[in-house]
Amino acid sequence: MTRINLTVDGMKVSDDVEPRMLLVQYLREKLGKTGTVVGCDTSNCGACTVHLDGESVKSCNVLAVQADGHDVTTIEGLAKDGRLHPVQEAFRECHGLQCGFCTPGMIMQSIDLLNHNPQPSEQEIRVGLEGNLCRCTGYHNIVRAVQYASGQLVAAAGEAGGVAEEVTPA
Amino acid sequence: MIPAPFDYVAPSSVEEALAALQQHGDDAKILAGGQSLLPVLRMRLNAPELIIDLGRIDSLRGVRDDGDAIVIGAMTPHSVVGADPLVAEHALLVAKAVAHLADAQVRHRGTFGGALAHADPAGDLGGPARALDAQFVIAGPAGTRTVPADDFFVDLFETAISEDEILTEVRIPKHTGWGAHHEKMVRVAHQWPICAVAATARVEGGTIADIAIGLANMGSTPLRARGVEEALRGQPATEDAVRAACGRAAEGANPPSDLNGSAEYRNHVVTVMCRRAVLGAVQGAGA
Ligand SMILES: Cc1cc2nc3c(=O)[nH]c(=O)nc-3n(C[C@H](O)[C@H](O)[C@H](O)COP(=O)(O)OP(=O)(O)OC[C@H]3O[C@@H](n4cnc5c(N)ncnc54)[C@H](O)[C@@H]3O)c2cc1C
Ligand code: FES
Ligand code: FES
Repeated sequence: MTRINLTVDGMKVSDDVEPRMLLVQYLREKLGKTGTVVGCDTSNCGACTVHLDGESVKSCNVLAVQADGHDVTTIEGLAKDGRLHPVQEAFRECHGLQCGFCTPGMIMQSIDLLNHNPQPSEQEIRVGLEGNLCRCTGYHNIVRAVQYASGQLVAAAGEAGGVAEEVTPA
Repeated sequence: MIPAPFDYVAPSSVEEALAALQQHGDDAKILAGGQSLLPVLRMRLNAPELIIDLGRIDSLRGVRDDGDAIVIGAMTPHSVVGADPLVAEHALLVAKAVAHLADAQVRHRGTFGGALAHADPAGDLGGPARALDAQFVIAGPAGTRTVPADDFFVDLFETAISEDEILTEVRIPKHTGWGAHHEKMVRVAHQWPICAVAATARVEGGTIADIAIGLANMGSTPLRARGVEEALRGQPATEDAVRAACGRAAEGANPPSDLNGSAEYRNHVVTVMCRRAVLGAVQGAGA
């Protein structure tokens, strides 16, 4: 067992873990943060994406011991005072999900993308999300959600999952 | 799946890491970013008794200027290498290849040294390392030695690093003002290339003054397309000259045949990709 101390979603935690424990296992099984999900065995799907010191990582491909002394943010740490994070809000507004399994990872990676590139083009969004697989949506509404979150789209008011219109630059 | 149990140490210096390696021999395995090793452990393709995590050794991280070379610490993450201004100025080919490597999450964890030490013949960094004549600085019980890129890659997943040694940094001779292009063919997102060509060139007055080309997945190690380089040095940077020379791209190659394509297919497609890579590089160099 190895002692680890880290911050998860703003909370200091300390535990004895087996060195082989994956970060995603630690989050789900020790901390009960089941918002972060596991979608594959090969580190391809990105469903398990969390932020480690503010940068996106696949938590199935990081050992919990490697996170010792670091800061982890999961999908559960995004909403503040009952208000969704703007990217969560954008996925809801643009209907950026169907079954929702890929969504926690998609949102975490979208935030990372926007942190590095606040006004990505459609192509940059598709490339920026290349490590996240979605079985349902065909990606179109996910791309729209990121465009919406970046202020490059306004959703048609009132229409659930309604057609979003592009903002024409002045 | 979850790895088999192992013991874990995270030394804070190269000396401590070397001592741990010395003590445990081939029962121990170095952990860098874990982006190749952890999948291997999770699939139980390997079950070392001890993992030596280099992640706490700060001296192995970062990019620095060292006169006629830049030096990339083995533990520098791909995302840092890809955004580094020294790399962009003096080893543009590396920046171009890193941008194509895996996905954003993997680039945040995976390291420059880890990818090269892993020596996957389909890895994106081997070609650029060979093209740029990188020098690999390897620390061991007897001290430090430097191995040129031409001798570093030995075979599939095998390098000049022995079991009691650690790759500490990679020196890349400055290629300031050289144009660069990385041409990578993939069938699905964020994956290793079916074939990749990394080209970098210096152009003077419309003539290719110097050129270097590395190939990935065209043999058991990354290769140099020396025939093409030879044919192009001193030639006008025109499409016709490049097209003719790139017919030699597969010289000396021994590519695999797999579900993505036969060896014959790769031997052909590499000539096309080589043309695109060279044209991209010479255009970037101002031709
Ligand atoms: C989904 C996914 C997609 C990927 N796509 C690509 C791609 O398109 N192109 C590509 O090139 N790569 C790709 N990779 C692999 C990626 O480049 C890895 O970052 C890299 O291969 C390994 O780097 P690492 O730092 O994670 O090393 P680790 O996985 O930690 O180590 C790899 C191996 O090298 C050894 N090692 C590491 N560092 C040292 C050192 N300093 N001294 C001695 N030995 C050392 C380890 O013992 C281990 O055997 C992908 C990985 C994943 C998970
Ligand atoms: S569960 Fe981590 S990438 Fe699929
Ligand atoms: S919404 Fe079902 S996997 Fe993306």
